[in-house]
Amino acid sequence: MATAVEVHDLKAWFGKTEALHGINMAVEAKHATAVIGPSGCGKSTFIRCLNRMHETNPEAKSEGTVRVGGVDVYEMPAVDVRRRVGMVFQKPNPFPTMTIYDNVAAGLKLNGTHNRKILDDIVEHSLQQAALWDEVKDILKKQSGASLSGGQQQRLCIARALAVSPEVMLMDEPASALDPISTAKIEDLIFELKQKLTIVIVTHNMQQASRVAEFTGFFLMGNLIEFDKTEKIFTNPSDKRTEDYITGRFG
Amino acid sequence: MGAAREPHIPDGQPTGQSFGAAAATRSNQPDSSKVPFVNQTREAPAWKKSVINLDSGFKGLMLVAALVVLGIVGLIVAELMQGSALAWQKFGIHFFFGSEWDPVSGGFGALPFIYGTVVSSLVALFIAVPLAVAVAVFVTEMCPKPLRRPISYATELLAAIPSVIYGLWAIFILVPILRVHVEPWLMKYFSWTGLFTGPAYGIGMLAAGVVLAIMIVPIISSITREVLAVVPQPQREAALALGATRWEMIRMAVLRNARAGIMGAVILGLGRALGETMAVTMVIGNSPSIAKSLLAPGYTMASVIANEFNEATSDLHRSALIEIGLALFIVTIIVNILAGLMVWTVTRGTPARTNA
Repeated sequence: MATAVEVHDLKAWFGKTEALHGINMAVEAKHATAVIGPSGCGKSTFIRCLNRMHETNPEAKSEGTVRVGGVDVYEMPAVDVRRRVGMVFQKPNPFPTMTIYDNVAAGLKLNGTHNRKILDDIVEHSLQQAALWDEVKDILKKQSGASLSGGQQQRLCIARALAVSPEVMLMDEPASALDPISTAKIEDLIFELKQKLTIVIVTHNMQQASRVAEFTGFFLMGNLIEFDKTEKIFTNPSDKRTEDYITGRFG
Repeated sequence: MGAAREPHIPDGQPTGQSFGAAAATRSNQPDSSKVPFVNQTREAPAWKKSVINLDSGFKGLMLVAALVVLGIVGLIVAELMQGSALAWQKFGIHFFFGSEWDPVSGGFGALPFIYGTVVSSLVALFIAVPLAVAVAVFVTEMCPKPLRRPISYATELLAAIPSVIYGLWAIFILVPILRVHVEPWLMKYFSWTGLFTGPAYGIGMLAAGVVLAIMIVPIISSITREVLAVVPQPQREAALALGATRWEMIRMAVLRNARAGIMGAVILGLGRALGETMAVTMVIGNSPSIAKSLLAPGYTMASVIANEFNEATSDLHRSALIEIGLALFIVTIIVNILAGLMVWTVTRGTPARTNA
């Protein structure tokens, strides 16, 4: 199996506080990898380092290597990294001043794609991939992205990220602001998407991790305590702290 | 005591009294401590009463203060309308379309002043808006944190300079620069637009526009800064995560989301520019004529009132000046209300970004 993202000795800081203390992880291509752990353990910081979003905070810095498809992300322009590694955030954040169509096309237009036909095709394809096409195909250019329901907005954000055809998709608790039905739709979507791309998902919900991910990493206080097959993590963890967390003894 | 009342109760209960009455009889029974307690909550103690009185007095005082402000505005309007009645009777609506201004023969038309006010303000906006928005974007989005306060403080300091000082500065510094360097250059390359023709006096519409621009940069930029600061951080992250460069992110996520508020800031600046008197009067040339060229002297509504009111000898002249004042008043009020609404639609209910 191929490695999509290779993380070696990754450290990250906010100001003087070290948030990650040297993480090593190899993310399998075309699989979903879940990142779990208690609040403040560094899991969001970790995935934000993978597409260099971490450094957009003026106080933040990082160190170590992250290779995506064999290339060190810190050796290429941040803009290119973020086109190859898409991201979906905890709260749906469509652009409220743009129509649904323009939201999906936003990334393509940044890339310099202005051909109507190509845009139309990719927008339709991305919305279909995000399982939103049927719900919005009649209001594509009429309604703003903010007019949709929360779950639809999140799928719109996924479509927006898919439109630039990334190799890796980072999801930072993508369903934690959604109702159970919308959550189920997002989870179904992750199942579909991982046929084609690599997914790294941060989640607070351990059932969700066990449902969608083949691999799971457990973070605690800025360290990757254990990283293994999801089944192994949830049934037979080798570290006591993982077991305590899984069984709900803390966190 | 209890023994004396006991016989009454069996009498009362079987007759099927209402629930409230039953409760009342019950409370008459053993624990009489409940009765004074009820009384206590109903009537506040003396010290509390005086506080309540003070409070309502304070409320009344504030209400009066608020009404006084409204009353003053109403009085101003009434006074202006009364004062301008004579001119209104004589010229009617044509007052605003006539371009003759001749105090000696008694012909008055406000068009040159309306034109001057509008054009000098538009020139000011043309120069000030890009500058002010650029300052605001720089301060909120790009500026290193330690520089943020000094820069915004410095731009706001511009607003604290009295306008007569701007006027003096313009006469001694700006006008010579315009006359010697800027205007000949504009004439050489842009005379084909028709906006930059005729002799370069230095003094004129362009000078007034530049001074006004400097004066309205602070207000536009500080309000724009506020509006940009309430653009939610996730919007910025959404653009960045799509692979936007910083400038693309600012355009896509920040300016686009804030455009109504920026528009409001611009209109608020326009309101300032329309009413500004002193600095403009000092450099605009004070000639009641309508010229296409921005290099030619002009006149504004505020300037003509300031210049001529003291020397207005005829009632009609004074009345005409007051009517100009009324028109200026109405226009600036409308512009300000419009601007306030636009800023409000953007900033209402949104908490300011913490790291702004």
